[in-house]
Amino acid sequence: MDKEKDILILAIESSCDETAAAVVKNGREVLSNVIFSQIDLHTIYGGVVPEIASRKHIEKINQVIEEALSRAGVELCSMDAVAVTYGPGLVGALLVGVSEAKAISFATGIPLIGVHHIEGHISANFIENKDLEPPFICLVASGGHSHLVVVKDYGEYEIIGRTRDDAAGEAFDKVARAIGLGYPGGPKIDRISKEGNPDAIHFPRARVDENEYDFSFSGLKSAVLNYLNACRMKGEEVNTADVAASFQKAVVEVLVEHSLHAVRAYGYDKFAIAGGVASNSSLRAAFEAECRKRKIAFYHPSPVLCTDNAAMIGAAAYYEFRKGVRSGLDLNAVPNLKLGER
Amino acid sequence: MKILGLDSSGLVASVAVVEDDCLLAEFTVNYKKTHSQTLLPMMEEVKRILEMDLNTLDAIAVASGPGSFTGLRIGSATAKGLGLALGKPLVEVPTLEGLAFNLCGTDRLICPLMDARRGQVYTGAYTFQWIACGESTTLQKGNPEPMKRSAGGWRLETVVSQRAADISDMMDKLNQIGREVIFLGDGVPVFAGRIREELKVGYSFAPANKNRQSAASVATLGGIYYAQGRVVSAAAHQPVYLRMSQAERERAEKEAQS
Repeated sequence: MDKEKDILILAIESSCDETAAAVVKNGREVLSNVIFSQIDLHTIYGGVVPEIASRKHIEKINQVIEEALSRAGVELCSMDAVAVTYGPGLVGALLVGVSEAKAISFATGIPLIGVHHIEGHISANFIENKDLEPPFICLVASGGHSHLVVVKDYGEYEIIGRTRDDAAGEAFDKVARAIGLGYPGGPKIDRISKEGNPDAIHFPRARVDENEYDFSFSGLKSAVLNYLNACRMKGEEVNTADVAASFQKAVVEVLVEHSLHAVRAYGYDKFAIAGGVASNSSLRAAFEAECRKRKIAFYHPSPVLCTDNAAMIGAAAYYEFRKGVRSGLDLNAVPNLKLGER
Repeated sequence: MKILGLDSSGLVASVAVVEDDCLLAEFTVNYKKTHSQTLLPMMEEVKRILEMDLNTLDAIAVASGPGSFTGLRIGSATAKGLGLALGKPLVEVPTLEGLAFNLCGTDRLICPLMDARRGQVYTGAYTFQWIACGESTTLQKGNPEPMKRSAGGWRLETVVSQRAADISDMMDKLNQIGREVIFLGDGVPVFAGRIREELKVGYSFAPANKNRQSAASVATLGGIYYAQGRVVSAAAHQPVYLRMSQAERERAEKEAQS
């Protein structure tokens, strides 16, 4: 086999409230992965404030990039490409990373590659699972997205299921706020659920009639709110841990059922999860058990690669680079960019 | 000394290169607000036509605010990316000073008006002080560096510091100062009627070739500031917004009430 030249990619991600940069070698080896999380700034507002996020990105972006290069022990001029998330996400936040990446590409002559944020999340699985190759089914669940995706090949995706209303992570945030846990809801519900009884309250599992792979979480969220309200009216004390555990069980069951139904229907033997919700311990445990039962190989990134990061953008960009995909200096931020579109 | 200037603080996108006392190129577009798509291609065109090696630049001068929040960040992120990649410092040129510098040489008061929405303007008032031949003086107040020119020159002075203000408050201030005023900026068409009604001193509007942001002015003024050592690292630069975000403002109002 010919020994191919190593491909080094500097990746930048600023689509929401994480300012991140990474250096990735050959798409699967992370030389550095620097994340500046703004979460403390947004906590007092109960969610991400776009203008505050954008201001923090511009303040931190150079330090984060310089840190990524220095931790990787590489010079900017030895990069083969500069990759950047250009959508979907908050437009003001995206524009910081996109403008910065374009300027770096222009100043150095290093090729530019615009990357889809969700392609990045899916590609996070390639980093720690060297054996994983398409085709497989991937569930992408985060604060902004809930997609069931057929990964046909590198860079080739088909969305077969999506949420009709709230994203899974969004439902976690809203329920956490309602039971007084605060923001961000995912990790907090995950933690307190361990002390609760998941069968204490039966919340509904929503089905979407027209598409068996679609999700709906707003009904579940309303059911939790109604339950809390009813308890308040009756003067009953609410067991927060039981509510959290029962809510979480309802979300997990729906995600697992739809996902494994898709794996079976498409006849694949591989399944992966990605996105912030993929670090939920109960979701992981459920998928691990169900996949083992069905002899499906189950892949998931470690928690640091589930949250927004730039290493996953570098992983996705590598396969675009190999295909010859390059972006022009007129690359714009596309807040509602669709998966598989360019 | 070679300075690349850029301004995307308002509706105008502008890129320029100034070398010593010579403007080598300026590319200014006032068409649609798609700076993220136009600014870099404009810069690329300037570089191509000038056959310019970017490493020969001494600094990048950027209109550092106030202005459209998103527009400012496109300019700032571009300047920061150039500074990072080229290892060059940045010069922050306040947007209103850059605008005022368009009218270098006038003895009238200069009042840039940028539409800040909600009935407000980003504004200030500036004047050019004539410095006679041979005098040892400075180009900027408070700077100890003497001007090394035997010819006379102009010094930009701030009369009213930059602010986000109600247009009426600014008119009151100008009436108090009592000097004839030249207005410029994208706030002029928005507030021309209010100026006519409320201003009691003589005034005029700057002509088409002078009345909007110009990267040539940013680069020229940036060159003066660079010579005075007023540079920042690309990492340290961030825009001056003069306004809190809406969420912060509402939160502060709520706290003030309780």
